[in-house]
Formats: sequence, C-alpha cells, structure tokens
Amino acid sequence: MSTQSSLIEAGFDVETIRKDFPVLQQHIHGKPLVYLDSAATAQKPTVVVDAIRHFHEVDCANIHRGVHELSQRSTAAYEETRAKARNFLNSNTTNELIFVKGTTEGINLVASSWGRKNVKVGDEVIISAMEHHSNIVPWQMLCEEMGARLRVIPMNDRGELILEEYQKLLNPRTRMVAFTHVSNALGTINPVKEMVVMAHKAGAITLIDGAQAAPHIHVDVQDLDADFYTMSGHKVVGPTGIGILYGKAALLNAMPPYQGGGDMIKTVTFAKTTYADLPYKFEAGTPNIAGGIGLGAAFDYVNRIGLDKIAAYEHELLVYGTEALSSIPGLRIIGTAREKAAVLSFVMEGIHPHDIGTVLDRQGIAVRTGHHCAQPVMDWFHVAATTRASLAFYNTTAEIDALAAGLGKVKEIFS
Amino acid sequence: MVDDLYQDLILDHSKHPRNCRAMEDANRNAEGYNPLCGDKLKLYVKMEGDVVKDASFVGSGCAISTASASLMTESLKGKTRDEALKLLDKFHDLLTTDTPVTKDLGKLIVFCGVRDYPARVKCATLAWHTLKSALDGVAEPVSTEDE
Repeated sequence: MSTQSSLIEAGFDVETIRKDFPVLQQHIHGKPLVYLDSAATAQKPTVVVDAIRHFHEVDCANIHRGVHELSQRSTAAYEETRAKARNFLNSNTTNELIFVKGTTEGINLVASSWGRKNVKVGDEVIISAMEHHSNIVPWQMLCEEMGARLRVIPMNDRGELILEEYQKLLNPRTRMVAFTHVSNALGTINPVKEMVVMAHKAGAITLIDGAQAAPHIHVDVQDLDADFYTMSGHKVVGPTGIGILYGKAALLNAMPPYQGGGDMIKTVTFAKTTYADLPYKFEAGTPNIAGGIGLGAAFDYVNRIGLDKIAAYEHELLVYGTEALSSIPGLRIIGTAREKAAVLSFVMEGIHPHDIGTVLDRQGIAVRTGHHCAQPVMDWFHVAATTRASLAFYNTTAEIDALAAGLGKVKEIFS
Repeated sequence: MVDDLYQDLILDHSKHPRNCRAMEDANRNAEGYNPLCGDKLKLYVKMEGDVVKDASFVGSGCAISTASASLMTESLKGKTRDEALKLLDKFHDLLTTDTPVTKDLGKLIVFCGVRDYPARVKCATLAWHTLKSALDGVAEPVSTEDE
C-alpha cells in the first residue's frame, strides 16, 4: 500500500476523512460496506447533514419574502451558497448562477429556453457519443420540435472523442454543441476547453455537462469560456434535488423564462408581467432551500480538503484499481481513455453484470450494474450492460482489494 | 448467503440453457425486454389446439433470467393454455409473496431464493411476462416495466 501511505504523508488522511461519513460506518449482509457507486451519488459528510438539520430546526422559513428574522436568516444562508458556487466554478458574477434541481434540469432549461428561441428549421445541434441520456433526450426533443438535426461526435476504442470528426461536423448551421466534461459510463475526461474553442470558431454556443466533473476536477467556467455549464449537488457530497446552471449573463438575459410563477417576477397584472432580473428570472416557485444550504456546506467541505488533493488521490486509486482489475483473467475494462476520472467500468466473459452486482452486494460491495443511462455507449462497445465501480476520495486501496476478492468469488460461482 | 439464490440447478440452466433456439414453425411468439438492464428475450411457442407442443427462446440475459427462460420452456411442454397461465401466477407468487412453496411448481421451486432479492425479481419474471404476451397474441414487445 505504498500508494496510500505516500498520500498520507502528503496530508491526505483517508481514514480521518472516512469518519466524516456516517453511512460508511456500517455493515451490509454482515460485511463492512464498500461503497463504490459515487458516480451515481456521493455519500454525505456530517457537516452537510448538520447544515440541513440546522435549517429545519433553527432557521426554517421561506426565502426572498417576509421581513421576519427567520426568513432573513434562510435567505442569507441560501444566497450564501450562490456565492460559494461562484467561487467553486469561478463565474464572473453570482447572477450567472441559477439554482436548478440538478444537471438534468439545467440541460432541460437551456434546451427549452435558449433552444426554442435560437434553434430553427434546418439548424444543427451536436452532442457526443458518450452522453448520458440527460444530455441526449432534451436535445432530441428540441430538434424534433424545431425541425433541426441532431449530430453525434464519434469516439474511438478507448472511449475518447475523435476531434477530427467533431471538426467535420461543425458548420454554419451548428447552433449548439453539448457535451460531457467527464463520462459517467467510461470515466473519459474530455478536452472541453479545446472543444469550446472549436465550437466558438464555428459560431456555435456550448453547454458542458459537469455532473461527473465537478466532484473531481477544479472547474473554471471563465477559463473554459463555456457558455453554459451545469452540475448536480449530490455528486459533490451535497444533497439530492439541488444543482447549479451557469450561463453567461448576456445569453441568460436574452433567454425567455423557463417556468413562470412566484419569485421570478417584478410586477404581475393580468395584462402583463415583467420578469425579475438574473438569476431569479429562472427560479420560479419556492426552491429546495434546505438542499441549497446543504450544498453550501458541501462546497465548504470539498474546498477544505482541496480539489487538487482529491483529484491526485483519486487518480492513484484509479491506477491501483486499473491494475487490480486488469490482472483478473476474462475481465475487460470498458473505457481506457488516456485522460480518465476514477471510474472502472468492466465486463466479465460469460457473466452478466447483474449477477456480478448481486454477488458483490452480498459481500457488502456496492457497485452499479446496467447501462448507466448511456445506452448508446453500451451499443457502441457491443455490450448490453457493464459493472461500474466508481471511486471517490473516501475510498481506499483496501476497498479495491475487497472488490478484486469479491470478483474472485463471482468467478468461483459462475465458471 | 448468495448460494440460496444461485442454486446448482439455476447455474446449470444458465450455463447450459435448454430449448435455447429459434423455432421456425412456432405459431406464437413474443419479445420481452427489461429496460433496467437491457436484457432481451424472444420466445417461441408451438400450440397444437389448446396444448403447448413446444417452447423455445433466444436472447441474452443474466443467470437468473436465462435459467428462468430455460426452466420455463421445459415446464410448459404438454400444458394447456390455462395450465400455463396458472403456473405463471403461482410462479409470480413464489417470487413476490410469502405464500408457502407448493409442490406443483416442480423444478421451478429452485427460484424461491429470488424473493429475498427484490432487485432480481424482474430477471426471473421476464420470460413469463413474455409468455403471457405470446399466449395473448400481443404484437408489441412486452417490458418488465409495464406491470
């Protein structure tokens, strides 16, 4: 375990970090829980759970209205998260940060609001071959409605996008290029900065799906020059049902509202409504206040450890895990990009992922099995499904050893 | 332990599925699909009057769904349509309720362990859902999510 000890020397003490996560302290089917499904959702540290409880027990009130003390406290705590998100994503202003339910809603907001206004008959929208369904279906729906064409950037055998092919797809009819920063099914880290430059040269707008990137990579939306960037709180050790959509102010200002209701207006009469300024124009109705406050605590927690340290540690876990799994005969890793996040998607000869998942579960090991909401990726690799172990900074090399031993048991049963 | 689920008979039928072939002279067939895992199954049934003369399947799936299709096609032969549908109900009860296991399920009793694995019930029922649509003459592929 030289890997782990070298990081501990560098100040990354995973055993101490694990104590922050109550859920990890349990046994499943009599075995210590080995949670390897953080790409689906990350576990929550006590500080996040406490922040949500504090809101409900001490500050609970609706926000942006009411002059009473509780409402002011709630508003301040909720809006503080927007300021923390600005720091987390390095946006120019907090006005460019819209609270949404999660990445899926962020993409739908842009496809619906920006898309319906800007995409016309004969126009084209480009996505990539490795998108999650949430970055396929909204664009498909938009293209169908507007009579536009959806085009797809292909990938190579490693699961890397082929930029030469992407270049060929770009043309004056391209309105939008939407792609993932990190693939949930393969772990591939895409060269998003370069891809944005290419899109802009062709006069297209870009949206980056940051659901899998935000927990593992330092994101700087200004450096990326992304037009839209969206992420989910629950992948960054925050609660579910809250996320952030970043959009350049000029674009957001020119877009019609996504939903109508309270909180997104300046004045309402039966003759006419004037809309609120950014970011509230896109935030109709009472939001997930507790979730927003929990997300603020999550940003603080991640910042305290440091995303650079997290990325370095997770990369060492990935290298260790890749080696451990590669040495198992009959196991094939799906997704071997040179730039890769800590995702180990794999198939085993003659053994179905669901059977692998069940046998691992009985040993306390939680992995994801199935198509990972990325059926086109499965089709491309000619598999119906994979087993996916996704790693986070609270995982250990010992847990990867447990996974390898668990897969030994799988082989024992099925071969 | 997990061996309660993966009993020897299930492992045998998953590794060496019986009646795993297309049937050209089938007069009933249907497709089943489990969108949760992407498993697909095509079922062929040859009826002679009211009696299942032959049954077979092709498709790819997990050990549970493959063994279930294999053992189902074995158990169907010689049964009337009504008997087959009654067996389906009993099989479903075996997987989803605490009712005592009855002998008339024959070899299918081997699936009793599935009830302790709720996430896997649909794997075991895929073939049977498909059977129902084959016997009902439904043209659209049946999905385990249509229940």
